[in-house]
Amino acid sequence: MKKYDLNDTYIASFDNEKAITTKNIQVFYGKDQAFFNGSLAFPRYKITALIGASGSGKSTFLRCLNRMNDDVATVKGDIMYRGLNINSKKINVYELRKHIGMVFQRPNPFAKSINNNITFSLKAHGMKNKKQLRQRVEKSLKDAALWDEVHGELNQSALALSGGQKQRLCIARAIAMQPDILLLDEPASALDPVSTAEVESTLKELKKKYTIIIVTHNMQQASRISDYTAFFYMGHVLEYNTTKNLFTNPHVKATEDYISGNFG
Amino acid sequence: MDDIKRKLLKPSKETHQESIGRTICYICTTLIVLMVILILYFIIARGLATFTVNHVNLWDFLSKSNWAPTQVDAHGKPEIGALPMIVTSFSVTILAALVATPFAIAAAIFMVVLAPKRGKKILQTVVELLVGIPSVVYGFIGLMVVVPIIRHIWGGTGFGILSGTLVLFVMILPTITSLTVDSLEAVPRYLLDASLSLGATSWQTIYKVMLRSATPGILTAIIFGMARAFGEALAVQMVIGNAAIMPKNLLTPSATLTSQLTTEIGNTISGTLPNNALWSLGLILLLMSLVFNIAVKLIGKKGMINNESKNR
Amino acid sequence: MNPRIANKIAHGVIYTLVAIVIIILIFLISYILVNGLPYVTPHFLSAPSQVMNAGGGIRDQLFNSIYLLILTLIISFPIALGAGIYLSEYGSGKISGLIRTTIEVLSSLPSIIVGLFVYLLFVIRFHIGFSILSGAVALTFFNLPILTRNIEDSFQSVPNLQREAGISLGLSHWKTITGVIFPEAIPGIITGIILSSGRVFGEAAALIYTSGQSAPVVNYADWNPFDAASFLNPMRPAETLAVHIWKLNTEGLVPDAKQISSGSSAILILVILIFNISAHFLGNYLYRHITSSSK
Repeated sequence: MKKYDLNDTYIASFDNEKAITTKNIQVFYGKDQAFFNGSLAFPRYKITALIGASGSGKSTFLRCLNRMNDDVATVKGDIMYRGLNINSKKINVYELRKHIGMVFQRPNPFAKSINNNITFSLKAHGMKNKKQLRQRVEKSLKDAALWDEVHGELNQSALALSGGQKQRLCIARAIAMQPDILLLDEPASALDPVSTAEVESTLKELKKKYTIIIVTHNMQQASRISDYTAFFYMGHVLEYNTTKNLFTNPHVKATEDYISGNFG
Repeated sequence: MDDIKRKLLKPSKETHQESIGRTICYICTTLIVLMVILILYFIIARGLATFTVNHVNLWDFLSKSNWAPTQVDAHGKPEIGALPMIVTSFSVTILAALVATPFAIAAAIFMVVLAPKRGKKILQTVVELLVGIPSVVYGFIGLMVVVPIIRHIWGGTGFGILSGTLVLFVMILPTITSLTVDSLEAVPRYLLDASLSLGATSWQTIYKVMLRSATPGILTAIIFGMARAFGEALAVQMVIGNAAIMPKNLLTPSATLTSQLTTEIGNTISGTLPNNALWSLGLILLLMSLVFNIAVKLIGKKGMINNESKNR
Repeated sequence: MNPRIANKIAHGVIYTLVAIVIIILIFLISYILVNGLPYVTPHFLSAPSQVMNAGGGIRDQLFNSIYLLILTLIISFPIALGAGIYLSEYGSGKISGLIRTTIEVLSSLPSIIVGLFVYLLFVIRFHIGFSILSGAVALTFFNLPILTRNIEDSFQSVPNLQREAGISLGLSHWKTITGVIFPEAIPGIITGIILSSGRVFGEAAALIYTSGQSAPVVNYADWNPFDAASFLNPMRPAETLAVHIWKLNTEGLVPDAKQISSGSSAILILVILIFNISAHFLGNYLYRHITSSSK
């Protein structure tokens, strides 16, 4: 395996409005350091892709952004959101996760009906009005491009849906909370090509309303849907640029090798 | 915007929910731990009273074979020799384990290797049913069937260690079998395939590869079975004869620690020496169940170390 | 010895031993049912027991067994649930290891020891006396380790993805547990409760000095649990079916002790069989119901 210079980095900066910024993120599992250096600024209402080989730390980094690593790892560094450093004990993580939602690698709908998958968390957060709930279900399913397929069977078990439908239900469930930011951790990796295409087209629609950060190991996917791309390598962010520039004109050797398939 | 910022810095409904939930779980768990501490404390305190309050010599208690707590011997000391019960308890336990182990291992091999589909299902049901039969029913059948048969063959009363052994053998059989099955199933498939592909017969493979590498698990299974036999009270009490005297052979009436406790504790007055002496028998039972526990832990640890060194 | 011959002999021995085990079980079950079922008549089930005369029934013992089981579950289930959730969801590291060991110690204690402890503390020291309540406490000690373990396993078998899904939606871990994990763990928990009920139902050693060895006549029309004569009064002594069998065979005075024991054993076995079978089917049914595509 080739060795790359971890200090050879190229992090571009942009002047558009930022949804969330990170500074010097480091992650430790016990004494082992899993992530070393992540300083990135994510533009609002854009899709940013995090790419890299498996084990490069992209998922670990993503999970820092809504504090999903709290129980398993120690995270150091600053994560600025709405002028607050959210990587702090003072922050109410439950409130935070309402604004920064997440969709996981494997579709994980609850063992409940399609309708209750979406309303369960809404009710838990205090939404009681039936009409309001119904509207929210319809809207989030429409946004996730699932409404046309399931609107007649909202009371059926979500576990009976196909893989792609399940994943779009998980997206609908996340956006029903009306978050600012949507984090997606390889949302299409467990799906077949048809379902992947469904999910991708859903995401392109969603960026009108949400800031999206997506982890993927599929470079074609990153180039198809994202506006910005960050390249991760062995727990470091080596390059960050607009997707177009990163893929056509990589500044760092590791990035170039990775996107041209000469990697590893 | 400011509203969200303020909410992010304040505890919410979820924060309270979480602390209430955690507290409930902590209380329940603490309750169980307290219960265990309470049992250990009470049995130990009560069991030690014979020696601390009544000043019975510990060695006499363990080594003498006269059990008559209401009487005193020539030196004016109470006759509290627990050896007969200790010997009987260990005898039935060890004998039952000796009888049960071959059956359990045979059944486990049958389930895992020889007939892993239908045979396993059948024996699984057999094991579950054997576990399900209550110990008084075992005792009752022992009393109705085993004791008369032994009386018929060897004479005497039929009550004694042999009857106790036969009843306990069936009772601990399912325990040893199901744990042995677990440990045989844990033997990696490739070891067996390797042995068979080298031309070994299935018995050679079972004996030299499977049973060898499953030995710690099988030992654990046997100890669990022995722990069950040692602590079993009523089934044994119904067939052992309940005579607190040194057993001469397997056919004379005798008493185990549990049977002596069961029959006598209601006939003694709390705080008196005869009562305290019984609690001391209880203390032996408690300590033995801890010993069985520790033995299982030690074997588990050793097995793990062995496996680790193999893996390296 | 020739390995082929050794192989044959070994197989022969194994098959023989297995056959003996199966024969023992068939003998046990058929002995109990053949000897016991003829005595199981409506009169046997509905008549009170006799002290000196033949012809007694097991009405009160049967009811006591059921009542004691229900009371035991009412006390032990919530505690086991809390502890099981702790071990599966919140516990980690050394402390939960220590707690697991403690629970193992509890489960390995002989039931007679547990019974005598409750006798010492509740019956004598707290002056509660031989009573259903004391018996239920003893059975709770006996039942807690099994139930806790089962609940922990049932929670553990729910994939971690479900926890992450709940937590990522801003729910508290507790709300995720109660609203998402618990419903999915229910089939396993129900199966465990029924199986442990079978054990509780047949237990006698922990009860002879706690719920006692007498079945006073109670009034089944009196629904006030605070009345001394009410069948629901938890402070009255209550001999159970299993204790009844033991008592009849050790110091029974009735001439038909053997017949009553046989009948009672048959009832015990049948109830436990029904528990086992229903645990199996109900668990499967609930599992399919919760995960299936139908409404």
